[in-house]
Amino acid sequence: MWKTIVRRFLIMIPQLFVLSLIIFIMAQFMPGDPFTGAITPETDPARIEELREKNGLNDPWYQQYGRWVGNAFQGEFGMSYTFKRDAGSLIGERAVNTFWLSLASVIILYVLAIPLGVLAGRYHNSLLDRAIILYSFVSYAIPTFILALLFLFFFGYTLGWFPTSGSVDIKYDPGTFGYIMNKIYHILLPATTYAILGTTTVIQYLRSEIIDAKGQDYVRTARSKGIPMRKVYSRHIFRNSLLPIAAFIGFTITGLLGGSIFIETIFGYPGMGQLFISSILSRDYSVITALVMLYGFLALLGSLLSDIIMSIVDPRIRIE
Amino acid sequence: MRTSEELLKIRDLHTGFRIGDAYFDAVDGVSLTLRENEILAIVGESGCGKSTLATSIIGLHDHNKTRVQGEILYKDKNLAKMTEDDFNDIRGLEIGMIFQDPLSALNPLMRIGEQIEEGLIYHTDFNKEKRQARVLELLNQVGIPNPERVARQFPHQLSGGMRQRVIIAIAISCKPKIIIADEPTTALDVTIQAQILDLLIDLQKETGAGIILITHDLGVVAEVADRVAVMYAGQIIELASVEELFANPKHPYTRSLFNSIPQMNSENEKLNVIEGIVPSLMKLPRHGCRFAPRISWVPESAHETEPQLHEISEGHFVRCSCHEHFYFKGEKEDKHHELYANQ
Ligand SMILES: Nc1ncnc2c1ncn2[C@@H]1O[C@H](COP(=O)(O)OP(=O)(O)O)[C@@H](O)[C@H]1O
Ligand code: SF4
Ligand SMILES: [Mg+2]
Repeated sequence: MWKTIVRRFLIMIPQLFVLSLIIFIMAQFMPGDPFTGAITPETDPARIEELREKNGLNDPWYQQYGRWVGNAFQGEFGMSYTFKRDAGSLIGERAVNTFWLSLASVIILYVLAIPLGVLAGRYHNSLLDRAIILYSFVSYAIPTFILALLFLFFFGYTLGWFPTSGSVDIKYDPGTFGYIMNKIYHILLPATTYAILGTTTVIQYLRSEIIDAKGQDYVRTARSKGIPMRKVYSRHIFRNSLLPIAAFIGFTITGLLGGSIFIETIFGYPGMGQLFISSILSRDYSVITALVMLYGFLALLGSLLSDIIMSIVDPRIRIE
Repeated sequence: MRTSEELLKIRDLHTGFRIGDAYFDAVDGVSLTLRENEILAIVGESGCGKSTLATSIIGLHDHNKTRVQGEILYKDKNLAKMTEDDFNDIRGLEIGMIFQDPLSALNPLMRIGEQIEEGLIYHTDFNKEKRQARVLELLNQVGIPNPERVARQFPHQLSGGMRQRVIIAIAISCKPKIIIADEPTTALDVTIQAQILDLLIDLQKETGAGIILITHDLGVVAEVADRVAVMYAGQIIELASVEELFANPKHPYTRSLFNSIPQMNSENEKLNVIEGIVPSLMKLPRHGCRFAPRISWVPESAHETEPQLHEISEGHFVRCSCHEHFYFKGEKEDKHHELYANQ
């Protein structure tokens, strides 16, 4: 299996290469350049030209591309024009925040969705099942930003239970217990919002898997052994129904990264998503290109992760 | 036939499925007896209610959508009225079941050994070690080479024939008195079929269990069964020992299973065929004979209004007396002419 994983990583290289070319070319076609915001119509054109020359923006594209890739390999993504600091370390900092937010979201998502999906499937057609279905439709119908704004307004401002922006209060020293608790405190509201929106798919999927599994031949065989029904559920029906959900985790994480763009922006949470939006607005090329590369890489990683999880939980699948 | 004690007595069993608001009986008034040491075959076209009968005996139907009426007497208990929980003391322990499709009947995520062991956990007081020894013993008994390895394997690593052996091992793990085999060889190659049937016969000789063997294959019946019940549209239409049934099939439906075309004393031979197919559950005629529409060339006067099983010789039951109106190619025609003339 290790061999396969290494090979999958190697296959990623050409994929990332193509992605980087596309990103680079698109960045070239983007209107304006990083100085557009920093200069005024009165600025001397010679001065602009000088800046462009100095930053290598007048070189042929393949030279610029070569330089960019070469640097990227050393973790150098250039300077952020807006933040006036190295894009790599800036993104790294934000990525850590996003990682914790995503992790919290995934945990809350599954803690909510698995019991609901299991109950709905187990007591299929009951009142409970209908209530869960209703919930999942409602949560599906609400757009992300509406729910986020509602939560922010209600729990953040009206009730004042949760902070309304940021990832940690400055009064705490990094590494202390208070610091960690404060971080978690900041994450809870955006993570719950995100989790609720993600529950629909998991609940519906799990529910239909369970209803489907109930009618399977192997469940009939299990019943024919005369074992208690709760064991038939736990050992046979749930085990088999959770399988596709487990495989889904990789993609869920990738999806969360994309979704975090809205959540982070609305909750003022300093993560990758928020950085992405702000760098697009300020045409911060080096940050945009680096972030798109990173998102692309994470998407590939997510699908690999799904395959690995699948091969661990399902004995029929061996990744070759 | 080895005569011995009666194990299971089914009396006027009706099993109906709820479709919309009404129940439709797929098993409609079946009475049968299973004895120790015998293989009772149940034959009939697909859709005639064989599997429904089997699942009623072992209580494997969906209780919300199925209605079981009548008696299935086992050790003075009526299984037809038993709750799901009580049934768990009988299923697996007293009655084992073998299923048609070995490819889907095993849990794909569970090791073979674990699946065989499951029943032992609830029906024996064996400790883990003893249970595992029993698993290996069972795998050995059903003719699986290298039991230690197979016990650790997953279903997809085994062939269809091997999986069916595993299912048989599960069914016999607690030495049940009754084994129900629902088309156990239908999904297998011919050579494997023969091996599985041999295995069933061997097991029966060893354990003395009563086996209900469901099949639509008369070849299988001839090979292994002691007695045969022929089912049509939820009812038993003929019941006899295997020798008697093959030598002397009476009901036109049984005859049609043997591929011999029943004929009447009529000039027009072409009309004398069994028409159509088994009607669907909702369209079954609930009064009168449900077979009559398929032999429209038989005159009205020949039908009984509510045809009953008649014992025409010892142990040989035929529904209705219609068989008296048929003769078959190569049989003495005079006798039948006479019978028909008396009508
Ligand atoms: N769960 C069910 N719900 C409704 N109808 C069913 C169900 N199972 C079987 N039937 C119907 O009952 C009849 C008998 O089916 P079955 O017992 O499976 O026949 P066999 O095993 O002889 O092929 C068929 O008409 C079939 O369509
Ligand atoms: S003769 Fe009897 S069994 Fe035959 S079709 Fe008529 S009623 Fe049915
Ligand atoms: Mg069947």
